[in-house]
Amino acid sequence: MVRFENVGLRYGMGAEILRDISFDIGPRTFQFLTGPSGAGKTTLLRLILLALPPTRGLITLFGEDSAQLDKDSITALRRKVGVVFQDFRLLDHLTTYQNVALPLRVQERDEANYRAEVTELLHWVGLGERMHVYPPVLSGGEKQRAAIARALIMRPELLVADEPTGNVDPSLARRLMRLFLELHKSGTSVVIATHDLALMDQFDGARRLVLGDGRLHIYD
Amino acid sequence: MSDPLPTASPASTPPQAEDNEDVWSDTPLVPPESVAGRALAIVIAIMTFLAALTAGFALALTDASQQWRGAVGLEMTIQVMPRTGRDIEADAAKAAEIAASFPGVGEARAFSRAQSEELLTPWLGAGLDLSQLPAPRMIVVRRDGNGRLDEIALRATLDAALPNAVLDNHGAWMQRLDDMARVVVGAAIGIFALVLTAMGLAVGFATRGAMAGNREIIEALHYVGAADGFIARQFQLHFLALGLRGGAIGGGAAIALFVALRLLSRRWATSASGEQAEALFGSFALGWGGIATIAALSVGVALLTGFMSRQIVYRSLGDFSRRPK
Repeated sequence: MVRFENVGLRYGMGAEILRDISFDIGPRTFQFLTGPSGAGKTTLLRLILLALPPTRGLITLFGEDSAQLDKDSITALRRKVGVVFQDFRLLDHLTTYQNVALPLRVQERDEANYRAEVTELLHWVGLGERMHVYPPVLSGGEKQRAAIARALIMRPELLVADEPTGNVDPSLARRLMRLFLELHKSGTSVVIATHDLALMDQFDGARRLVLGDGRLHIYD
Repeated sequence: MSDPLPTASPASTPPQAEDNEDVWSDTPLVPPESVAGRALAIVIAIMTFLAALTAGFALALTDASQQWRGAVGLEMTIQVMPRTGRDIEADAAKAAEIAASFPGVGEARAFSRAQSEELLTPWLGAGLDLSQLPAPRMIVVRRDGNGRLDEIALRATLDAALPNAVLDNHGAWMQRLDDMARVVVGAAIGIFALVLTAMGLAVGFATRGAMAGNREIIEALHYVGAADGFIARQFQLHFLALGLRGGAIGGGAAIALFVALRLLSRRWATSASGEQAEALFGSFALGWGGIATIAALSVGVALLTGFMSRQIVYRSLGDFSRRPK
């Protein structure tokens, strides 16, 4: 699904912040991306999302060489990837329902055709009673669940989550992790960026991608 | 939340609790209300107002020029100059007779001596005895408006019969009037172009400002799979709405001003200075055509605003999401 070969990234003329990154993310896999704060986890996720071009190396997403992709192809590939941002990236002027339905709306689907689906998902993540309120009045946990619901609504083949449990209490963090595992069991590959070692220890079987000093170490 | 992930089920019924359809309706993805948006609407309103004024004045002047040209062009004048040994009254009568007999002439009327002297009053003052002055006699020749009048033949006939008669078709005046109208209309087009350019620049800056201000929204839209065309269309709709609002305000104000000026000019037309102004500049009335032009201009401004913003957004989106933060 995702393949990095000797990928490096630098901003401007500065030193490389990611060096010789090589790894694969296969179908139906579950992995943590970890490392100290500032190690480049979010940057690596942005590379996976094709939001940044690498300075060198090869990135392949769903079998497509990222360097060869035009805008439409990038858009089509992004529709196969669900993203949960560390800061949620919910649009404050849209309701929870409208935020979760956004991936469907940008494909210009008729709202009547997806209303039931979005409503059901919102109930499933526990936001059924909060679907018509705006993000500024949601709690951190509710925002997190809304962001996760938005990432899941398209039934992505790959889910990328950046510190998805960083703003919630341990109990909710465990529930969210169970949600990701459930998604993984249903066939989605999951990449979760976190520096919460305790959380990772609860899921011993998961693969760990550890970033440090700009390099990636893999522990299967 | 521990239940299995729900599957898509088009047949499932949405909850009935929400009877109000508004809660489901699509909110614009670019936030509609902002200080910058209101400021741009005001700028567009002012620019539309100025552009509409320029266009309206140019149209009114063109109309007045055409009316004046039509009125003046229908008439010619024969001046019979006093000359020693000639009977000016007989010459004037003969000139009128020659002109009246020409095809294309509807009427040839000789001014009486008193009427001719009255024409000199504005320059020489009233109450003077002008009988000793060698005042020329005027014959007003009016075209019948149907047939073509052969001015060259008329001039030749007059020259042969009356060496002291001069035919004036007012060509020099009409040429000056045409030149003046062309200069004014050209200046109006120049001002109009400047106003539109200024408005285009304002829209360009506002679009880029809106993109910068909504960067997070644009990024989020990209990440959830929005195509550049979709995002550009959202901005286009946003700016089209601003343009329509500004255009309606500016165009409406300009139409209101022209209607007010028309009412004022009607009242003013009864005064002596008003009559002179009307004779020179026409009735200063912007007809339905002019009002329709201003309305079309307002809609055109809105469409231009939307189109420009779409182009700018579309071009800028190319590397927007791929730029390192």
